Amino acid sequence: MSTGTKDPFVIAGVTIASRLFIGTGKYGSDALIPAVAEASGASVITVAMRRVDKGGKGVMGHIPSRLRLLPNTSGARTAEEALRLARLARAAGCGDWIKIEVISDTRYLLPDGYGTAKAVELMVKDGFVPLPYINPDLYVARDCVAAGAAAVMPLGAPIGTNRGLQTREMLAILIEEMEVPVVVDAGLGRPSQACEAMEMGADACLVNTAIATASDPVAMAGAFRDAVIAGRTAWLAGPGGVKERGEAADPSSPLTGFLGSPAPGAAAGGA
Amino acid sequence: MERFVDVLAEWPRERILACVEAAGPGDVRGALNAELPGPALFAAMLSDAADPLLEEMAQCAHALRLQYFGRSVQLFSPLYVSDHCTNQCRYCGFNARNKLHRRHLSVEEAVEEAGAIAAMGIGHILLLTGDHRRMSPPSYIADIARAIKPDFPSVGVEVYSMTEEEYGGLVEAGVDSMTMFQETYSPDRYEYLHPAGPKRDYAFRLEAPERAARGGMRSLGIGALLGLQEFALDAFATGLHAWWLQKRFPGVEVSVSVPRLRPHEGEFLSPHGVDDRRFVRYIAALRCFLPRVGITCSTREAADMRDHIVPIGVTRVSAGVSTAVGGRRVKGEGVGQFEIADHRGVAQMEEAMGRLGYQTVSKDWESPEATAMAS
Repeated sequence: MSTGTKDPFVIAGVTIASRLFIGTGKYGSDALIPAVAEASGASVITVAMRRVDKGGKGVMGHIPSRLRLLPNTSGARTAEEALRLARLARAAGCGDWIKIEVISDTRYLLPDGYGTAKAVELMVKDGFVPLPYINPDLYVARDCVAAGAAAVMPLGAPIGTNRGLQTREMLAILIEEMEVPVVVDAGLGRPSQACEAMEMGADACLVNTAIATASDPVAMAGAFRDAVIAGRTAWLAGPGGVKERGEAADPSSPLTGFLGSPAPGAAAGGA
Repeated sequence: MERFVDVLAEWPRERILACVEAAGPGDVRGALNAELPGPALFAAMLSDAADPLLEEMAQCAHALRLQYFGRSVQLFSPLYVSDHCTNQCRYCGFNARNKLHRRHLSVEEAVEEAGAIAAMGIGHILLLTGDHRRMSPPSYIADIARAIKPDFPSVGVEVYSMTEEEYGGLVEAGVDSMTMFQETYSPDRYEYLHPAGPKRDYAFRLEAPERAARGGMRSLGIGALLGLQEFALDAFATGLHAWWLQKRFPGVEVSVSVPRLRPHEGEFLSPHGVDDRRFVRYIAALRCFLPRVGITCSTREAADMRDHIVPIGVTRVSAGVSTAVGGRRVKGEGVGQFEIADHRGVAQMEEAMGRLGYQTVSKDWESPEATAMAS
């Protein structure tokens, strides 16, 4: 579903076919996951280690093998705990890519920037490819990248809220400044919001709640797939300027009045 | 505030009742529209003024449930390891004055019973004992936890109140969650209902969850036994307690249990029975007030009620339950702590939830402190 070889999407040297990442939580039946994965076109899927059962039972048994696993450290409150969960993921055969979640606030589930940056540092030393889930905070993002993050995953709105791009201005700054991919994660409740994130220049989106809790998760996965492609295509196409209504109000105090009126014939210009 | 007792002191009976009685439909709608309704709006949702708006409340609660917990329901199973008890709680089957054939499992027997629960595919176990420190000291509970931890990603305890150090000892043994029902938040009513035994110490019990959090517990469960005093008073205080615990210990997962009095051995009859509409109102109000707090429903409730309240807000249910000591693999003739109203096993629960469009989850925890995955 990417826009092809002209627009490769690369994380840590690996070309990813789809710019839509999906999750595995909140489904009414994990048996839906293969169909959702198919409809979404996703090639990366995140799974919480706290849900991973021994012997491939439970949710792991429903993840199509073609997908790259992105185990996450949900439940970790510190960098050290995130590292331990990452090691469990590796031992369980889930690979070295880790979505770092360091959260010590269960009321809002907002990521701890300091702990997350520290987790990136610990994980890089241990050979992992960390993709940290962060607030769209430029300093935290820079710390994570300096420590070796392969991408940053800023939130659009608090996780599970489906509120869309509430952090739009901050996201725009990260998109402008980051030299690693920016994957907008959390808060995307509608395909139009994912589309907007991509139009802004985000490299990818991760969507879980909006798909898993839709009345028809498979159809919704397809809608997000199309939205992400449309948004990326629009970004590549270079949107024409759109003047927002009311943006250029009549000035109450003219700024160029002191220049006097143009001389007759001056408008034609030319030398 | 540092201690919940100080928070509760700001909400005396008269203030809660005034809030509840003054509430009108506008306050209830205000609560449903609020971004984060505070305690006063929670009181409005518990009031009788909310009754005509119950469907709206349930719809709001359902939307929040889907947002934050999706369509999954976490399963757990209790393991009663001892029913020896020194308390005389007027409403409880384990009351020291009830003439029962008491049973106390050895650590080996408890492990065997736990094995039967693990074999059902349950990953979250809750260890329960009566309040008898000599028969069931913290070291005994820790020994069981340590022995069964390899088979359970999550080991919880629902036992007598302990000190912070004792909770710390349980955490070291692999326990990650503790549940403590205050039963009733009214000190006067509490004193009447607990005429003898260590549980008479209201304040020590009230602060047990705080001590457990300081001792390193990752997850706290609280609850009032509905029916011991006027509905709104205990319902409100429970919500307030969960709200404060979440604020004070933001790294700890807080959940609320919603037990209603059931028939048991003994003769206690509740003068404050909670009918089904109020019960559902409570669950919807809790979900709207505390969107990310887990809500647990035991087998005190019948299958039909449990099925209906999962979409409204319940996120955790027990299955394959016995409230007697032993009986799964170890011979047990004990009498249950309360009468079970939902006898469904894991497979039946899975099937019932599936019919509702929900999925049971048998594992939703992996201790980040562990050095290796439970194997």
